[in-house]
Amino acid sequence: MSDQAATAAKPAPILSRHDPRYEVTMYRYVGVEGAHTLDFYRSHGGYEAARRALTGMTPAQVVDEVKASGLRGRGGAGFPTGVKWSFMAPPDGKPRYLVCNADESEPGSFKDRYILEDDPHQLVEGMIIGAYAMQMTFGFLYVRGEYYLGTTRMEVAIAEARAAGLLGENILGTNFSFDITVHRGAGAYICGEETALMNSLEGLRANPRLKPPFPAAAGMYGRPTTINNVTSLTSAVHIINKGAAWFAGMGTDDSKGTKLYQISGPVKRTGVYEMPMGATFRELIYDFAGGPTMEPKAFIPGGSSTPMFPWEDRFLDMPMDYGTLAKNGSMLGTGGVIVIPRDKCIVDALYNLVRFYAHESCGKCTPCREGVGHWLPRMYQKLVSGLGQPEDIALLESVASNIKGNAFCPLADACIGPVQASLKWFRDEYEYLAANGKSKYPKNDWWQA
Amino acid sequence: MNETHTHTQTPFFADKQEKLAEILSRYPAEGRRSALMPLLWEVQREERYVSEERMRELAEIVGTTATEVKGVMSFYSTYHDQPVGTFHIQVCSTLSCALAGSDELFDFLSNELGIVNGETTADGRFSLQKVECVGSCGTAPVVQVNDTYFERVGRGRCQHLVDALKQGELPPVWRERGGDTVGAAKAEPLQKPTDVREG
Repeated sequence: MSDQAATAAKPAPILSRHDPRYEVTMYRYVGVEGAHTLDFYRSHGGYEAARRALTGMTPAQVVDEVKASGLRGRGGAGFPTGVKWSFMAPPDGKPRYLVCNADESEPGSFKDRYILEDDPHQLVEGMIIGAYAMQMTFGFLYVRGEYYLGTTRMEVAIAEARAAGLLGENILGTNFSFDITVHRGAGAYICGEETALMNSLEGLRANPRLKPPFPAAAGMYGRPTTINNVTSLTSAVHIINKGAAWFAGMGTDDSKGTKLYQISGPVKRTGVYEMPMGATFRELIYDFAGGPTMEPKAFIPGGSSTPMFPWEDRFLDMPMDYGTLAKNGSMLGTGGVIVIPRDKCIVDALYNLVRFYAHESCGKCTPCREGVGHWLPRMYQKLVSGLGQPEDIALLESVASNIKGNAFCPLADACIGPVQASLKWFRDEYEYLAANGKSKYPKNDWWQA
Repeated sequence: MNETHTHTQTPFFADKQEKLAEILSRYPAEGRRSALMPLLWEVQREERYVSEERMRELAEIVGTTATEVKGVMSFYSTYHDQPVGTFHIQVCSTLSCALAGSDELFDFLSNELGIVNGETTADGRFSLQKVECVGSCGTAPVVQVNDTYFERVGRGRCQHLVDALKQGELPPVWRERGGDTVGAAKAEPLQKPTDVREG
């Protein structure tokens, strides 16, 4: 769309998937038989965006287009992708690297997995576009170790693309050359943190690095590097295909475009739904996922690290965008919604999550290693097993607030946010458990036929 | 570990030089050590674990010490320094799976196999392990057997799975994705907004 057309009569933004103008793009072919092959992808318009970028646009134009689209990083932090791309210094003939972060490990998140498995060429194309925009010399795709099928599908897709002249020397007959290596992780949540991921890619223990220097200045092997999430890169494919104005025509003031939301827990139709930014939790949970199958009491809005909300209209009717959630004391994160039923003891639910972070704490800094790794799971274990005392709740709060903001990387805060939110909304359950030695909600068999 | 040892076993890559070269070639010259993780995977896939002898071999290949290799290995959850069973059964235990019964599922498998978390059966056929989120929250609960996911494992499916494994067979995989992932034609709103909004 041209700029004049956009300004002449600016249509209302698309804020719901029920809007007839809304169109599923990124997730269109996931689940379709054979969609992972090059033949399928090409016969459905695949690699046209890469062709357009490489043969009709300068790298700077690609960066500008992504900037204008308003795309924000889909890995969780929400940093504007085009701005991140513009941080790369001009090419100097030395190696520079694009890294795609497919270490999807945030509990409640599973959107990237299905792209890797069912539409791998879309990601290859996204990486080609990102690499061209930043004039990268080489790319790494870091896939979590458990995603074996996804890793295999990506390796095959990359080989197919290479054989077809879409990767390697002189892509599509241009003088741009780029190739991708798939790197399989081995089970470590911390690798989703970009500097830890780079250490892992370099064959080191995946402890996070101190920033600055930021990756754009000194990343992989000390070279300029940019790390993007899978669906940030696949979004770029459609931005180039359909234009920045199309993308920016969806969503709220600070959050544009389309996003893959995930929903799990007791609802009728769990899974991934592609929706415009700004659609509400209610639309996702009720209209698409079919509503809860058990009486709900809370939901986690964007993956386990994001502070939960109680099941109230004012929260269910919030648009799922970056700004609204931040204003309400939580985060959009990966967009992985988890519904928590009334009968799940909230202390037990938090014990589950705290155990996860304790397991994944890398041990580099003291607040996280001792606080998240040892104190919190033990205190929760004590409470859950009925041995807690009322004063343990105050101690828990004290430990949590002493960890918060004092750790080396975001992992510790990712654990503390949910702990504090559960205390804020469901303190009565903690108090009941500490006072009575048993949970208000003792249900303990959740397995279905 | 002793860095100045002599090999007592044939090196793993002795007759796999082509594979070794291919793995090393995936990384730029300035990043030879990056090959460490894929090399560990290669050894583990064949031998079901990585012995200290193999760690020394890999250290020489990427130009570091065996201690460093062990340090890297021990950082990650899925490299093993002891052999795991022919069927390595991993049960996700994180929240979405717990809400779908993964704790009960785990106890069921533990009873069926007669082993607890982290153990391997005496005959070496089964290992059982509780693991953290494997990204199958929408199709919970999930059981990962070696590299294969079995999803939405209710009681019936779990019995079916464990029976097949006891016969030495990995049953055919049922792939379910849920959500939109039922194909482009069906990737449309399932109900009008007014149909389902109550209170």
